Amino acid sequence: MFSDMLIKLWDNGIIQRGIWETVYMTVISSLIAYVIGLPIGVILNITDKDGIRPIFIVNRILSLIVNFFRSIPFIILMVAMLPVAKFIVGVSLGNQAMIVMLVIAAAPYVARMVESSLKEVDAGVIEAAQSMGTNNLQIVWKVLLPEAKPSLIVGAVISMVTILGYSAMAATIGGTGLGQIAISYGHQRFNPDVTWCCVFLTVIIVQIIQELGTWIAHKTDKRYAS
Amino acid sequence: MIELRHLGKTYKTADKEIVALDDINLTVEDGEIYGIIGLSGAGKSTLVRCINLLEKPTAGQVIIDGEDITKISRRRLLDIRKSIGMIFQSFNLLGQRTVLRNVTFPLEIAGEKRTDAKERALELLDVVGLKDRAKSYPSQLSGGQKQRVAIARALATKPKYLLCDEATSALDPNTTKSILELLKKINRIMGVTIIVITHEMRVIDQICDKVAVLDQSKIAEEGKVSEVFINPHSDIAKELILPGKKNDFNIHGGRRVRLTFHPEYGGKPLISEMILKCQAPVNILYADTKEIDGAAYGQMLIELPKEERDAQKMISWLQKSGIEWQEEV
Repeated sequence: MFSDMLIKLWDNGIIQRGIWETVYMTVISSLIAYVIGLPIGVILNITDKDGIRPIFIVNRILSLIVNFFRSIPFIILMVAMLPVAKFIVGVSLGNQAMIVMLVIAAAPYVARMVESSLKEVDAGVIEAAQSMGTNNLQIVWKVLLPEAKPSLIVGAVISMVTILGYSAMAATIGGTGLGQIAISYGHQRFNPDVTWCCVFLTVIIVQIIQELGTWIAHKTDKRYAS
Repeated sequence: MIELRHLGKTYKTADKEIVALDDINLTVEDGEIYGIIGLSGAGKSTLVRCINLLEKPTAGQVIIDGEDITKISRRRLLDIRKSIGMIFQSFNLLGQRTVLRNVTFPLEIAGEKRTDAKERALELLDVVGLKDRAKSYPSQLSGGQKQRVAIARALATKPKYLLCDEATSALDPNTTKSILELLKKINRIMGVTIIVITHEMRVIDQICDKVAVLDQSKIAEEGKVSEVFINPHSDIAKELILPGKKNDFNIHGGRRVRLTFHPEYGGKPLISEMILKCQAPVNILYADTKEIDGAAYGQMLIELPKEERDAQKMISWLQKSGIEWQEEV
């Protein structure tokens, strides 16, 4: 019932490697995207006019940069950023280069995600902390981030799923993973079952990330503790 | 001692200026419970936030123990804030922290040792009667309990002052009463000076020593609670203290007289005496007794008979009786 190609891919461990590459690229890219995006999100939040340290010009410039990258479709951004990838990791092909692309695309997205999670923190709680003589850095560390934690985790899940989608697109310009298998073995060599197999596996990965993330978010959220 | 001198706050919007506070002058002595009452939009919340500079006044001075805090560095201000606790209408507890860790929060900020902080927090939770809920999260508590935790948290750094911004407005009457009793106890036992912002007269008469009535960004009246209560001068104070001042009782026709009962009247049945003496009935439209500093003060609004002769008789009786009275118009 399966095509020879699918059986061959499975027997040679190519599909298994594709799963690993997809997961690996998604996780590493997400981590680096958060290292960059989280501070940007925090700065966007606190320098906003309703934030704890409004600085109009910083907010405006950061916001413009974030919007700039977010408004470019990923497939175009990817091509445009090839030289950047080459500059950073020395190559413009393969997983390392793809991680650079994914981070460039995802970090601004993450920044907005973080910004909106932090915005959910009750202004009254921040005011209470300020009334106790808490400085701004302490408010970020001890109030904003901990209070927004469940929402940040939910945001991280959404970001990871988005990055996973991007990673499949990266296959068109030399990325690896399930996306690449679907395109080069499934689509280009007319084996629809290979494509469907990749779709199925991607759905499973997304489901696992989603369920796990939601579970962790719920587990850490004390607002609805009973 | 907290002194506000010519304090003003103006908000600038694109096309106009909104005056929230206008030339506010008041002094809160150490150990007092000072009430600030006013209707919504009178500027109460802005006023209390100017005391710890959560809002920056646009004019005047805020002098705390002789230091004008509108002129100090930010670092010094953060230190000063540690000596001024604050509680809020919506409690503002950290939802992701346990009750205990909410109370230790200001101590963490102040750089106290963990073990010392925990000990102090448990001590305070004991004072507010919630020691057994230390491990709970705020979402598991009732409104009154949350406010108790907020009070414990506000007192953690042993502040000299406690600001209460509509602290009981989200609570039911019984809970309000118990929170007010707690505040009074804290004032007595720990000597904390308390400033209470409210729109409810019962909060003022239950715990305050002094009161300032805020109306349209200005202080309309200020003084000891008993004095302001017995003899309100400003329209706004009358409205807040004497309900029924406006047109609530227009259904009847006779002249209306407001009586104020002082403790010196010694509980004599004055109304009955008047009715018996004048041989005419009156309608009692409104009556209330309040205990201020252990003495009972009363307010009563009566309607005199429609018959002008009877009404006149009662007026002259009142004039001779020595009761404080005033005809309503």
